[in-house]
Amino acid sequence: MIKVENLTKRYGSVTAVDGIAFEVGKGEIMGFLGPNGAGKSTTMRMLACYLPPTSGRAEVAGCDVFSDSLRAREHIGYMPENVPLPQDMRVSEYLRFRAALKGVPGRRIKERLSDVYDLCGLGEVERKMIGALSKGYRQRVGLADAMIHEPELLILDEPTIGLDPNQIRQVRELIKNLRSHHTILLSTHILSEVEMTCSRVIIINKGRIEALDTPENLRARLSAGGEATLEIRVSDPAATAAKLKAVSGVKNCSHQRLGEWTRFTMKIEGDPRESLHALAVAEKWPVRELARKGATLEQVFVEVTHAEEG
Amino acid sequence: MRRFFTLLHREVSHYLHQPLAYVVLFFFLLLTGFNFQAGVAALNRETGQTSIVEAFFNTVLFWFPFVLIFPLLTMRLFSEEYKMGTIETLMTAPVRDGQVVLAKFFGAFIFYLVLWAPSVLYFVIFQWVTGQNAAGAIGSYLGAYSMIILIGLFYLSIGCLASALTQNQIVAAVMAFALICMMFFVSLLSFLFLNASPALRELTYYFSTIEHMADYSRGIFDTRPVVFYLSMTAFTLFLTFHIFQYRRWKT
Repeated sequence: MIKVENLTKRYGSVTAVDGIAFEVGKGEIMGFLGPNGAGKSTTMRMLACYLPPTSGRAEVAGCDVFSDSLRAREHIGYMPENVPLPQDMRVSEYLRFRAALKGVPGRRIKERLSDVYDLCGLGEVERKMIGALSKGYRQRVGLADAMIHEPELLILDEPTIGLDPNQIRQVRELIKNLRSHHTILLSTHILSEVEMTCSRVIIINKGRIEALDTPENLRARLSAGGEATLEIRVSDPAATAAKLKAVSGVKNCSHQRLGEWTRFTMKIEGDPRESLHALAVAEKWPVRELARKGATLEQVFVEVTHAEEG
Repeated sequence: MRRFFTLLHREVSHYLHQPLAYVVLFFFLLLTGFNFQAGVAALNRETGQTSIVEAFFNTVLFWFPFVLIFPLLTMRLFSEEYKMGTIETLMTAPVRDGQVVLAKFFGAFIFYLVLWAPSVLYFVIFQWVTGQNAAGAIGSYLGAYSMIILIGLFYLSIGCLASALTQNQIVAAVMAFALICMMFFVSLLSFLFLNASPALRELTYYFSTIEHMADYSRGIFDTRPVVFYLSMTAFTLFLTFHIFQYRRWKT
């Protein structure tokens, strides 16, 4: 659905996007992840045919975004960051205008409107002025606009930014429901969102792709190294730490006293919980907690985007 | 073509949904009404050579509000879209840049015609009340209103150009006003240099909006102003199109 080859965008001497390449297949939900200023929005704007690339090429549904821009735009529903909307139109008026502009045939407009009202829950504000809507509704109007012409590809730039947790959940549900009809490219800072909705993730930093994989694989990359905690009652924590470190799979061990209990935090490789338990039993340490935490996408993100700076 | 009319419809309804348009309409009609009344009053005092149509379209009271309305009508065309960011949703819809520029231009032009339409009533009422002709001949009306249209096209295109340059509506208005004044004041050159050579006077006639209007409102038709205003409009819109494209591609 999307094919990007060696795409570069320079603003004067600043290189915002630096020779990235990726492909997105039909029906995928691709997450676009990266710190502020990483080039997410610029890439999306190029794909949405708003900005011309400095070099390289991008194709959407077989149409080049630069040389065959009008045809490409017919296949794309784009929701820009912060959802710019005119203040002085009613919701229904605006969406009707957008539908006509995007080439929805006149006799189908009514049907499309009621479809997107249902999907986005806009029924009760249809007659309201856009300027009077709350942030959550504005976001939904933006989303409704993006899919009014039934595009094959939806490009959503930070669709959940500035929403409250309930609204975020609603938008997320909505995106999941769209999966069956659309290919989706969405950008976000919220890592849990990517883990919940996306089939694959691109992590981009300083205009370059740092990682491209499924959320599971990305996590697996790190969860070779996870973390284990053990809370026991011992008299000599330092000596105990040395014993714990001797267990295979434990890389290092730090401890913290909590009253008469001590909490040991270990960097681990693989899963040494069983051996840790066996050791505790053998040493007759009273145990009140033994747990392992796999790597989250957040750790992957931090690791990947800080690797260069460090 | 359907997209162009969708855009045009949006532009015109945008005017009609905003208070600014009605404020401009109200004060414009107030001033032109006053101008008309002053013309009638002058003709009441003494009989003269000029008809009421000529008197109406050739006074300072006419020109002053006339040059002022263009910046007000055009300042928001592009600037507002830049500022609000709606330019991004607009230009990611499958529309051509040229369609957008033309739709905005003709949207402003249609509202401009709406602004002028009531003034026709002045002359109708005049004839009805006084039982006299407002103009020497029908050519006077046709001339004056076709000149209103021609000058309007050109000055509106200047307004479009100024608006395409900036995201600040005030800056756009000031630029448009300055450019229109510059074009307009060329008309005054022939009044400043009364003893200029005939060749120079001939040359300034090409640009002299005041003289064009003076001739046309007397019913004298001349092709030179037609060519001048239409070609200048086309050229200014061409510039607007390129600036619009350049601004988007640069950012």
